[in-house]
Amino acid sequence: MNFMKNLWNGIIPENPVFRLVLGMCPVLAVTTAAVNGLGMGLSTTAVLIGSNVVISLLRNFIPSKVRIPAFVVIIASFVTIVGMLLKAYAPALDKELGLFIPLIVVNCIILGRAEAFASKNKIMDALADGIGMGLGFTLALTILGMVRELFGTGNIFGYSILGASFEPALIMILPPGAFLTLGLLMGLLNKVSQAK
Amino acid sequence: MTSLLIILLSAILVNNFILVKFLGICPFLGVSKQVETAVGMGAAVTFVMALASAVTYVIQYAILEPFGLGYLQTIAFILVIAALVQFVEMVIQKVSPTLYDALGVYLPLITTNCAVLGVAILNIDAGYNFIETIFNGIGAALGFTLAIVLFAGIRERLETAPIAKPLQGFPIALITACLMSIAFLGFQGLL
Repeated sequence: MNFMKNLWNGIIPENPVFRLVLGMCPVLAVTTAAVNGLGMGLSTTAVLIGSNVVISLLRNFIPSKVRIPAFVVIIASFVTIVGMLLKAYAPALDKELGLFIPLIVVNCIILGRAEAFASKNKIMDALADGIGMGLGFTLALTILGMVRELFGTGNIFGYSILGASFEPALIMILPPGAFLTLGLLMGLLNKVSQAK
Repeated sequence: MTSLLIILLSAILVNNFILVKFLGICPFLGVSKQVETAVGMGAAVTFVMALASAVTYVIQYAILEPFGLGYLQTIAFILVIAALVQFVEMVIQKVSPTLYDALGVYLPLITTNCAVLGVAILNIDAGYNFIETIFNGIGAALGFTLAIVLFAGIRERLETAPIAKPLQGFPIALITACLMSIAFLGFQGLL
């Protein structure tokens, strides 16, 4: 029961991107296409689950004075593992995401959950929180990627949606499109939730 | 000399860290409500980024590569940066309490500023030599400062502007950033 609640919490009520506004750099940088957003989201989810579980396990052993460096080392280890796996099994995606794979280390959402949740809760709760937050992040990135890909190229996940007669709005896959799409999506979400 | 100038200009304008590369967005959105605090953050970041560029360069070529430890790059760099930030904080506190009061709150935040780790990794990826590395670090940091100060100036005005309710706060800030980013795209043809 509690497990599902913690899990759901990260997906919608406290969605890391739309609600908490954490971890913005990869959100804006890699969402030029839906598949990149999905890949980045899943990589981050993997790191988040791993770090949440390990930090929750070690929460009684880590002295509170050095907890931040300790968390960072744990997170960096998982990022290195994920980076190696991607290089080995999905080299194309690894190339697309490039710099932003090592930069998962400094994604504030991961350190934020470690500090705010995993270091204070039992392992199952931390696991649920990691999965929920990760999926929420993935969901946001994928939606953003889909919108940008749709207007920027006329495709979604590489499949043509708008047909050949559609004139792609290149601006959407350039940097300004990232800011614009996220800003408008957030505004739309506010509008919907205020109307309720 | 010209090549150094090109690296500097390219890092400040053409490849602006915030508006083109999306590095350091968290402080960009978080610490940009007032011009004064934006300047403080910019100064602190510039200081740390120049130092971090130099130190990570030495770590990479003096320790990681000779011993074949390249895969430890991420862990080593983030630890170095965290230690560096702590160290800078202590030094500033001793040497110049006034500066410490001005920068104080921003210093710990810099550890999780992805622009710092980003510039360290980009320097290595680009294969810059030591001098170029430092110039790139300073240029990127100045570009960061430029963008965050300009953005803070606009946001101060937005405070009093009539904005549709759903767009208040982050959404309008992101749309502002979009317009600034379009402006910076104009520098694309510069070099």
